[in-house]
Amino acid sequence: MKYVDEYRDAELGQALATQIVATVEPGRHYKVMEVCGGHTHTIYKYGVDDLLPENVELVHGPGCPVCVIPMGRVDDGIAVALEPNVIFTCFGDMMRVPGGNGTLLEAKASGADVRMVYSPLDALRIARENPDRDVVFFAVGFETTAPSTALTLMRAKAEGIRNFSVFCNHVTIVPPLRALLDSPDLRLDGFVGPGHVSTVVGARPFEFIPSAYGRPIVISGFEPLDVLQSVHMILRQLAEGRCEVENQYSRVVPYDGNPAALRVLAEVFELRPHFEWRGLGFISSSGLRLSDAYAEFDTELRYSIPGVRVADPKACQCGEVLKGVIKPWECKVFGTACTPERPIGTCMVSSEGACAAYYNFGRFEREREAVR
Amino acid sequence: MTADSLTASRQRAALELIERVRAKPLRFRDPKLTMAHGAGGKASQTLIEGLFMPLLGSDSLRELGDAGSLRVDGVGLALTTDSFVVKPIRFPGGSIGELAVNGTVNDLAVSGARPLALTLSLVLEEGLATDELRAEIEAIAEAAEAAQVHVVAGDTKVVERGHCDSMYVCTTGIGQIDPRASLSPASVRPGDKILVSGSIGEHGTAVMLARGEFELEAQVESDTRPLWPAVDALLETVGGSLRCMRDATRGGVASVLNELARASGVSVLVREAEVPIEPAVNGACEILGIDPMYVANEGAFVAFVAPEAAEDALGALRSVSGCERAAEIGSVGADPPGLVLVQTAFGGRRVMDMLVGDPLPRIC
Repeated sequence: MKYVDEYRDAELGQALATQIVATVEPGRHYKVMEVCGGHTHTIYKYGVDDLLPENVELVHGPGCPVCVIPMGRVDDGIAVALEPNVIFTCFGDMMRVPGGNGTLLEAKASGADVRMVYSPLDALRIARENPDRDVVFFAVGFETTAPSTALTLMRAKAEGIRNFSVFCNHVTIVPPLRALLDSPDLRLDGFVGPGHVSTVVGARPFEFIPSAYGRPIVISGFEPLDVLQSVHMILRQLAEGRCEVENQYSRVVPYDGNPAALRVLAEVFELRPHFEWRGLGFISSSGLRLSDAYAEFDTELRYSIPGVRVADPKACQCGEVLKGVIKPWECKVFGTACTPERPIGTCMVSSEGACAAYYNFGRFEREREAVR
Repeated sequence: MTADSLTASRQRAALELIERVRAKPLRFRDPKLTMAHGAGGKASQTLIEGLFMPLLGSDSLRELGDAGSLRVDGVGLALTTDSFVVKPIRFPGGSIGELAVNGTVNDLAVSGARPLALTLSLVLEEGLATDELRAEIEAIAEAAEAAQVHVVAGDTKVVERGHCDSMYVCTTGIGQIDPRASLSPASVRPGDKILVSGSIGEHGTAVMLARGEFELEAQVESDTRPLWPAVDALLETVGGSLRCMRDATRGGVASVLNELARASGVSVLVREAEVPIEPAVNGACEILGIDPMYVANEGAFVAFVAPEAAEDALGALRSVSGCERAAEIGSVGADPPGLVLVQTAFGGRRVMDMLVGDPLPRIC
């Protein structure tokens, strides 16, 4: 594939791997967090960490939009999906996330009309095609996906489509990063910064990470060479005693972000005072809801939402995993009670989830030891 | 013990526990069926091994091959059955009727049996246009002729509108096991080579795009075709060196490799760069975030052959129409049993597990 294969070149990968080995101090252990679930996925899909020296460890951060949705919100979504006359639409990954009361997939098997969509615009199209049904879109994701939800809502408003609403679970990237950096048990040397979020918000909002917390961050693209190069850039900052925001993904990330996208976000959404994150608890000003101008499209105002808070299962340590405090395999239920087929925690559900990715990797690790 | 070695030993203990849990017989505990149970991945496997096998398990069924086998007066017969529920019923490169014939004769072929005859069961929806039915019966007749089988018995049911989607087709096939074939997962050995009979992922991609849900267009046609000529060529050329074959339908090449790794108690290493995939399939899968290794085929199979016969087997396959892109994609190892690894084109390695959940709509 043109313009894609170039970023997956094995020879360039090997060259970067050699440079990385030359950059690290042999006796030192490096912990680098990739914030974004998309990066986690790339790392596993291409075996990127296989090319890193043993003393460079990648820690998977909280940037998987599916993984951070608390169980109570899933239950709320299911309650809406079970309302008469509702067509409930969501991204595919979301359908397998367990709430306190089963998954959307199970709700579908019980008769709820739950449909997978690839874009909120697909949900709007379903609304247009089914004027006598009420179509709800389960919106999840960071600033990456929020603008497409915003544009969909603007279009719904312009076309006067009344049978469409959005169950908004959009979140913002900076507050959880700050919460993470504030947690006392965290030990990280640097961050592979989110790429697609940054196409919207830019690199500027991450300046607090080097300035206030003294950690380097490199905004990274999603192809394997991007990730490998970003890790190299972080290690080079550490080796040279620098600490700054660098932009590896400059082909799509401008320093100030995308002003048009930021404008639609500001028009359609407003910050919630606080929002609950799976494993991280309530974080102030971290979630979005529809602004007053779009209140007519707000699922939470249109239906009575149970809004029950469901505590994360006791045995589940998704929070510690999301903070990078423990490795997935250190969780007590990892791989035994909690598996991709039967997930307890959200990190095991999405292919971007740290546990699901590690579940397979761990088996590989054992194989690698056998080979040695 | 240093902190690092303590961590390493704890990690090993955790991973060994996981392997023990994985090795346990599958238990079926789901309260309700979901689409995932029909997707050919882990949920399907759990349903079959956890519910059907304990109640129905004959020796032949326990092998979980593409067809069952029985001996009648010294003659080896293979028997298989399949239901076809694809939506839409017509798609680029084929239709439900053609699929219903090829799907069943191919299950026989990869079991080393020359297809002899089919039965045909139709479940038709009230209101179905006669022209549509006629077109499918014509497709069945043509496909049966191409595969050199006769339809020898049949049944028709009509259900109320809304109770089935246009039409469901069930076919049962019988074939005679070829004396040149001695196929069994148990005969797979470390060092064996793994071949695919052609480029992969075309059927699933064609059907997915034909549904028009993604506003994505590409020139991709289903690969539905009878596979006996390819199997015949393999048996003629390498005969006893052919260990085992599987039709890479639902769940794709990845699921078939996992099934065989598990059934044979071996590990499998796939070299991603060697897997033949059409650029249009690759592009569509890239956009939709689907791995072509998990996408269904209706005219491609996976064959395990002895290493010394791999070259000849490949030559034999490539001489058959439709299999020109046949390729050696990997090899068999010993440890850890049941695991499928991929050497990525980028140079790293990862595990390729069975499909979990259902990424795709009804495709066969």
